[in-house]
Amino acid sequence: MSEPIVSEKQERIGLVRINRPDKLNAVDLETMDRLVTAMEHFDRDPEVRCMLLTGDERAFGAGVDITEMADASMAEMYYRNQFARWDQLWAVQKPIVAAVSGYAIGGGCELVMSCDIIIASETARFGQPETGIGVIPGAGGTQRVTRAIGKARAMDLILTGRMITAQEALEAGLVSRVVPLENYYDEALGVCRELAKRPPLALRLAKEAILRAHAGSLRDGLDYERKLFYTLFATDDQKEGMRAFIEKRPPVYVGR
Amino acid sequence: MANSFGTLKTSLQDGVFTITLNRPDVLNVCNEQMGSELSAALKTAQREKTARCVVLTGAGRAFCAGQDLRELDELQSAGDRGEKFSFGPLLRARYNPLAVRLRTFEKPVVAAVNGIAAGAGAGLAFAADLRICARSAAFKMAFVDLGLVPDTGATLTLVQHVGYARAAELCLLGEKLSAEEALGYGLVNRVVADEELQSVTDQIAGRLASWPPRAIALTKRALNQAWTAGLEEQLEYEAFLQTTAGRTADHREAVRAFLEKRKPKFQGK
Repeated sequence: MSEPIVSEKQERIGLVRINRPDKLNAVDLETMDRLVTAMEHFDRDPEVRCMLLTGDERAFGAGVDITEMADASMAEMYYRNQFARWDQLWAVQKPIVAAVSGYAIGGGCELVMSCDIIIASETARFGQPETGIGVIPGAGGTQRVTRAIGKARAMDLILTGRMITAQEALEAGLVSRVVPLENYYDEALGVCRELAKRPPLALRLAKEAILRAHAGSLRDGLDYERKLFYTLFATDDQKEGMRAFIEKRPPVYVGR
Repeated sequence: MANSFGTLKTSLQDGVFTITLNRPDVLNVCNEQMGSELSAALKTAQREKTARCVVLTGAGRAFCAGQDLRELDELQSAGDRGEKFSFGPLLRARYNPLAVRLRTFEKPVVAAVNGIAAGAGAGLAFAADLRICARSAAFKMAFVDLGLVPDTGATLTLVQHVGYARAAELCLLGEKLSAEEALGYGLVNRVVADEELQSVTDQIAGRLASWPPRAIALTKRALNQAWTAGLEEQLEYEAFLQTTAGRTADHREAVRAFLEKRKPKFQGK
């Protein structure tokens, strides 16, 4: 019997792969729980610097498994509160790189938007088709898509449920890079290796500051950024990073 | 190989998958059946592992004289009685997918233009990678004379092949272009005597079928980007594609064969 989530530590990278190919990697409650558990585990592991989330070539994730919830009552949905588990995913502090190929639809698209650096294959397709089955995106789609691409395009995508190509997603700001199918996974892994070399606290606080940008006012965001900047001066890596720059030599980071 | 198509014939030999449009009495004009059969034939060619090259040609005097006007008239008359006929859905359902499929096909496509290629038939020929022309063949952008706009991607592919000036002349005047003139325009790759079309096509298709398939597929992808990318972007794309090509056994074998001064033995991977 194969695991729905396969995770493995490689070098200083936490690899997490959705493994439900006959369901096009749609996530059910169990799978989502395991996914987040794997991410939390890597987030706590001092040897891990960043995580890579992926599916397979055909699909990153074709949504949330609806067979589990189709007949649920409103009360059951409230008690189950399935989307609460996603809060723990969004609380992960290390950078998460997504390697996306094929379908990233519905919950799959929301999983993509929960990640930080998105490497998409040319074959990747994105969409939020939930309105077509009588619901709406429930794992952040209505909020994150709109913040990313603006009201007019978010309305088009979510109300019509249509899919967009990787190139359109790049132009809309939903993904970071688009590369050929044969190269997307290695490219994502390459990004992870780069991140693993960089000072971890700087990366962690940069992620925090960037996520703040949409959370409050610009003034609040600027103040927060400033505090985080000054905070980093208590780290060895800041001292080493700046000294190495001045001395025109490569820095040697220790992760404190 | 079993051929269950009504409007075309297919055959596979020595790695070459040949699709012959087969409505010679009506100059191989395209109707709904041919549209869907052509699409299905191309899908088969894609899936068939031993097929390394596709040849598209026509039976009889013509290559393909475009959209079946009798069918069009029927659709429009029926439309006048009920739900109005509209070209958009027809293009999106029939011709657009064919143009995309031909252009993005991972295997090389050779159009053996045996006779007139007009209208959408010309568009199909332009979407192929190479065009081998019989001397008596000709091209006609038969759209303006029907009060229509060129389709099947011709407004892009023709401009790519011959440049704006000549594309405008061909599309706006709608005049016939002979095989020799087409060669002069750079629209076709070869013009041969009518009776030599088969043998020359076989030779070229055979050559294409013998090359490492990954290299062919990735080269096509790079060439298809040439029109939209800037130099830096294209170089970056080449770097990705070359990374993939460089990993193939066929590439390593080719280098070794060269250094050992012998012929390479390609395995197709």
